[in-house]
Amino acid sequence: MAFIELSNLSKVYGTTTVVENVNLSAEKGEFISFLGPSGCGKTTTLRMVAGFELPNTGNIVLDGTDITNLSPRDRNIGMVFQSYALFPNMTIGQNIGFGLQTRKLSKTEIKEKVAEMLALVHLESHIDKYPYQLSGGQQQRIALARALAINPAVLLLDEPLSALDAKIRVELRLEIRRIQQTMGITTIYVTHDQEEAMLLSDRVMVMSQGHVEQIGSPSMIYNHPATEFVAQFVGQLNLLPVSAVDLDAATCTVAEQTVHFETAAGREPGESPRLAIRPEELHIGLPATDEEVNVLRGEIASVLFLGAIVRLRVRVNDVFITADIFNERDLTFPRTGDEIVLNFSKHACWLI
Amino acid sequence: MKRGSFWSWLWVAIGGLYFFLPLLSTFDFSLRAKKGILTFVAYENIFKDPQFWSTIRFSLVIALFTVFFSILLVVPTVYWIRLRLPQLRMLVEFISMLSYVIPAIVLVFGLIRVFSGSPFYLTNSYFGTYVLLVAAYVVLTLPFSFRAIDTGMSAIDVRSLTEAAQSLGAGWGTILFRVIFPNLKVAILSSVFLTLATVIGEYTMASFIIGLKSFGPYMSLVGQNKTYESSSITIISFLMTWALMMVIQLFNRTKANNGTHSGGR
Ligand SMILES: Nc1ncnc2c1ncn2[C@@H]1O[C@H](COP(=O)(O)OP(=O)(O)OP(=O)(O)O)[C@@H](O)[C@H]1O
Ligand SMILES: [Mg+2]
Repeated sequence: MAFIELSNLSKVYGTTTVVENVNLSAEKGEFISFLGPSGCGKTTTLRMVAGFELPNTGNIVLDGTDITNLSPRDRNIGMVFQSYALFPNMTIGQNIGFGLQTRKLSKTEIKEKVAEMLALVHLESHIDKYPYQLSGGQQQRIALARALAINPAVLLLDEPLSALDAKIRVELRLEIRRIQQTMGITTIYVTHDQEEAMLLSDRVMVMSQGHVEQIGSPSMIYNHPATEFVAQFVGQLNLLPVSAVDLDAATCTVAEQTVHFETAAGREPGESPRLAIRPEELHIGLPATDEEVNVLRGEIASVLFLGAIVRLRVRVNDVFITADIFNERDLTFPRTGDEIVLNFSKHACWLI
Repeated sequence: MKRGSFWSWLWVAIGGLYFFLPLLSTFDFSLRAKKGILTFVAYENIFKDPQFWSTIRFSLVIALFTVFFSILLVVPTVYWIRLRLPQLRMLVEFISMLSYVIPAIVLVFGLIRVFSGSPFYLTNSYFGTYVLLVAAYVVLTLPFSFRAIDTGMSAIDVRSLTEAAQSLGAGWGTILFRVIFPNLKVAILSSVFLTLATVIGEYTMASFIIGLKSFGPYMSLVGQNKTYESSSITIISFLMTWALMMVIQLFNRTKANNGTHSGGR
């Protein structure tokens, strides 16, 4: 039996269904991310778990108890908001102690717990300051400490890092993962940043327009996307026009050159199929003799230097393909107009 | 630049004269109770009058009750509108403005008519009239109090704070009194002083519901019967209002400082 289970969860506002039939079960201690573009219903789903919205259909079971209609204050759920939502009139210590006070803990118990939580987020010396005296990153750490102080059954975070600048964001997400692992707390994390979702999560739930596209581990989502949406939303993807598709032989023609692709059960191509391949699966040069490897010949259309990787746009008979190669210090950059040979494994590409 | 500042100063000067000249001449007149010399005797007479003190005390008490009930009414209302019923905002704003549009004299006749009869009979006892007066003042000052509280509430993220408190196990009472009220301190104080300034000198409602017991009607009586004292009491009440306004400014100023740089509290 899963620790938290969402079944057939739907939410309708007026006439628009913003969350449709969401099913998810998470084990105790799991870190789940809701990933998807703006407006796809991530926040709404999370708010139903928190109890701030009531679902129109479906139910939520937490540790064997149906909490679908329970008030948020009785759910024992920790919540972290994008806007931090610290109480401006209270000191850091009072903020963290707030949930313990409503639980009628004794003064000494509260004091101990507050100190423990502050140590967890490394902000011991700020106990008597007010929220406005801290930086955004520090405030969000306090918000995290406040949510965790009550020993919640589940921790919910709604884009907790999007108000922070890039450097703090990177720092703090590792911090969140570390704390989550130490406490072993079941966590649901909402984000539209795929890197964040990949890096943090045990499993990612990709959403689009209110429904679930795929639930799986980060590598599963990336390497075996269940739908075209997932393939395109997570990471970069080439989608090349194809002709003369032969499903039995698993071959097709791309830019007048024959390509072998991988077939998989349950992954039938659509009406107008295209060949999907990730940029990093393309390699430069001829393969070391292997019949399973495809070869495309073309010329460089542009070169983009991105630091760790160099992104090439290659034109193959009027079809443009993006290929990523790793940078090296003594790399001689290909130049626009150069002839180039690309090879890629048949297992790297598929029809969608 | 130079020309621009010349013209703006000129307008400020004209505005200042328009405002201060009548005040100055009133003040000047109030000092001329004795022929040929300047004297504060008109002020002395006012301060020596026991009725001045009793009426002002009475009006102050009424004003404090008004403040108390108006905050108790307005804060939860504004809070709930922001949190749950944003579609009612226009309606409530309109209602709060009504007392601004309807002349006080019309309002007070309506009130007396409705509440003197069955089942209220509020005008049959002193206590009843006090209740009626306080209630009338709560309505009369709604335009200020609603606006002040609403502005204050727009400065805090009511929704997230409420939800954060809820998820930490707080009930509505705790949320209102430990989270919402304390973060509205400045807004509540401005509303308090605006209400005080309005209520203490109010004439129409006070004279019809209570009569000479309160400060407004007393001022008017002095104005009608005593030549020099009518001017001195004008100046006194003006100074009182002004002092209240200064206090509001002071609170707003400290608040602004807290927001911009992270000075201590
Ligand atoms: N109270 C509401 N009334 C009506 N529609 C709403 C309400 N709340 C959300 N919606 C709609 O529901 C849809 C999903 O909203 P939601 O906030 O869940 O998206 P999201 O995935 O969190 O997006 P974002 O990444 O921008 O935060 C949106 O189209 C939004 O306009
Ligand atoms: Mg959202």
